[in-house]
Order: sequence, then structure tokens, then C-alpha cells
Amino acid sequence: MVLEAKNISFRYGKGSRQILDDFSLAIENHERVGIAAPSGFGKTTFCKILSGYEKPDQGEVYLDGQPLSSYKGYCPVQMIWQHPEQVVNPRLRMREVLKEGDGIEPCIIQGLGIEEDWLNRFPAEISGGEMQRFCIARALGKRTKFILADEISTMLDLITQSQIWNFLIEETKRRQIGLLAVSHSMPLLENVCTRICRLDEK
Amino acid sequence: MRRINGRMMTAALLGAAVLFLFVITVAGHMYAEEALVTDFSRKDLSPGGAYIFGTDWLGRDMFIRTLTGLSMSIQIGILAACVSSVLALILGVLAATMGKTADALITWVIDLVMGIPHILLLILISYAFGKGFKGVVVGVALTHWTSLARVIRGEVLQLKEALYIRAAQKLGMSQLKIAWKHMLPHLFPQFLVGLILTFPHAILHEASITFLGFGLPPEQPAIGIILSESMKYLAMGRWWLALFPGLLLVFTVVLFDVAGESLRKLLDPGSTHK
Repeated sequence: MVLEAKNISFRYGKGSRQILDDFSLAIENHERVGIAAPSGFGKTTFCKILSGYEKPDQGEVYLDGQPLSSYKGYCPVQMIWQHPEQVVNPRLRMREVLKEGDGIEPCIIQGLGIEEDWLNRFPAEISGGEMQRFCIARALGKRTKFILADEISTMLDLITQSQIWNFLIEETKRRQIGLLAVSHSMPLLENVCTRICRLDEK
Repeated sequence: MRRINGRMMTAALLGAAVLFLFVITVAGHMYAEEALVTDFSRKDLSPGGAYIFGTDWLGRDMFIRTLTGLSMSIQIGILAACVSSVLALILGVLAATMGKTADALITWVIDLVMGIPHILLLILISYAFGKGFKGVVVGVALTHWTSLARVIRGEVLQLKEALYIRAAQKLGMSQLKIAWKHMLPHLFPQFLVGLILTFPHAILHEASITFLGFGLPPEQPAIGIILSESMKYLAMGRWWLALFPGLLLVFTVVLFDVAGESLRKLLDPGSTHK
């Protein structure tokens, strides 16, 4: 299975800066691709386009040769956001948040170090790092084929970072899920990814 | 024994307020006949003993009249507040979901209704509907929906763009389930609190247009009627005719406010552990 972005161009509204210009990238489902670029070069925007949150001005995203927009219901390309508190409903308990995912296996919950005690809490009652683990778990549903990790570990301490990345590498290897990792930190990407692609080099 | 926490206190306050309002409503209903009884052998009695709120110039028991009046006010308030809140909910959701033209139209109507002084519009509508019970309810309902409609419109607009709703769409959740699971828990508290906080407004406006003579008919023992009649007798030193009904009216309004605020606190997820 391959996730392809073909000749993507994008800018936010007319007259604003061209963020992505005729950009193409293909990711196989056994690959871990790193995306690196300074701030403002469209890393997050690219993730949003790849997972269907944003429509590109030109170009198209294909999953297995079919346009991503033709997939209805559960989207096989799941994005994990930089700020978990924005993607979790503040009025739902964390148990409900996990249920939103597509049949999350208990081994994922354990592997991410999510504790039983956290499940009964509201998002306001757990820390950002704890919440991010829930978001990662939620994205790893049964039908997920690609994971886009947009700066997912920036708010975590180093030990937790390595714990989460090791888990993600193992899990994506085991289930043949393609991974796209976005980060400012080159050493992190070098350790995690099988290849690295720079957005700022033309 | 469990320690009494903030939430239990708030819940108790809410319960007490609701119970008290309920008792007033039922008691007012039960004594509706007695409130009309005149007895010249006991006229103009000052408060105390058998008549704790005193009696008026026709020998009517002011305590019972006040209760009946308040009961009437509460019923009108509940009816009008419910109608206007449902109107606000429907129009607010329509404005936020039915596209630009519908939004512009509904926002324009909201501005229009808000732009006219409440009491003026109330009098006009009430008069057009032939005054009385119907006129007051329609008038209050048609003037009090605007601010809640705005709140609901804003809330829905915000929810539509919220990342957690968009993420739920990507997780394959149906529109109906999103509305139920993600939107309703946000809208319901707003709606309920808005509804309860409309009661005091409705009651006060009912009393004021009745006071001005555009509301309930004069034979009805309503708070507005009692207050406007007592105006003539204030100068003769019969202060109790206005003081107690007025105080009780304020008390009822405060109770509704307390009930609404307590409910808001209880429904706020930030307060689960207080």
C-alpha cells in the first residue's frame, strides 16, 4: 500500500504566501519517513492535506491509487496533532475518547503507558503528555494504514519521548503501518525514520 | 460520614430553590378562590397575627393574594421561557448550519428585536394579541429569545470548526453521532441554563406590563396588579400592600437566578471535583 501526494500546491487564502508549491511525496506502508523544515514551511499543512483535513489548491492525494477523498467513513490515514488538547472534546471522559477510535487493542493502551486511573478523568484533569498518549492510541485503530505524527513529542520529557517513539516504531513495524514523522529535531528523525525529506530544499 | 463538598452544597441549593418555587406555585393554585374573597369586617388590617401580610381596602388577605399572584407569575414565566428558549434553540442552530443567507437573515432579526426596547415591544405584542394571559406569554416569548439564540449560534459555529469534531469525522463517526456525542453535551448546558435564567426576566416583565395595564386583567390577583393598585394607598400609610408582594417577587426572581447559577456550576466539567 502506498500513500502518494502528487504535485500539491497550497496557500491559505488568496494573496497569502505560497506554502506548498508542486510538492510530491510517496510513502510505502513499511516506511518511516521524516519531514524536516524550519517553522512556517508547511509541515503541519502538508500533514493536514495528506490526511484530508485540508483540500490542496492543486494536486491530489492518492491512497493505493485511489483519491483519498473517495474513502468514506473511517479514514485509513490518521493524523496525530501537535496539541492534543485541541483534538479531545473537553466534555468527554478519556474512556469515551478512546472509544472513538476503531477498536483500540489493550496492548496499545498498555504499550503507551496509559493507566486505568486516567480513563475516568476529563481532559482538563490529565497532563498534556498523558493526553497525547490517548491521541496516539486513538489514531492506531484497526483500519489505520498510515500515521502522520506532527510534532507529537514536543511537550514530553526525553524518557517519555523515547518510550513513545519506541512503541510507535514497534507497532508500525508489526502492523505494516506507514509512518510520517514531523519534527524540528534532526537527531530524533535520524533515529526514528528510514528516510528523511526536507520541505525547504527545492 | 462523607464530607460535604462544594458540589453537594450547590446541588442542595438548587434543590431548595426548585422546591420552594414548586411550593409557591402549588399553594397559589390551591388558594386561588380564597384570594378573591372580600370581607369588609377585616379591611385595612396591618400585618400581624392572623394576616401576616395584612389585608387591603376590600378586606382581602394579602398573603394569599401574593401567593396566588406569584404562582401566576411563575407559570407565565415557565411557559414563556420555555417557548422562547425553544425558539432560540431552533433559530440559533438554523443560523449556524443553514448557510450564509439564513445566517444573515436570522442575525438581522436578532438585531432588530434587540434594537427595540424590550418593554415597548412587549406592550405592542401583548396589546396586539388582546392582552391577558395569551398576550403576556406571546409577548414575553417573542422578546426574550434573542440573546440565547446568539449564544447557541456562536456555540454551534465554534463547534463546527473544532478540531475534535473534525477528528471524529476522520475517525468515521456519522454526522448524527457527532451531533449527539460531541455537540449536544456542549449545547445542552448552555440551553438549560439559558432557559432557567430567562425565567426571572419573564416574571419581571410580566409583572411590569401588568403593572402598566397592558398585561393581565385587573380582576386577576397578579403581582403587577397588586403593586399598581397598592400605589394609590401607599400615600395613606398602607405600606404593607406594596412591600410584601414586592419583596416576595424579588425573592422569587433571586431564587430562579440561584437555581440557574447552581445548575451551571454543576454541569461545568471543570467543577467535577469541587
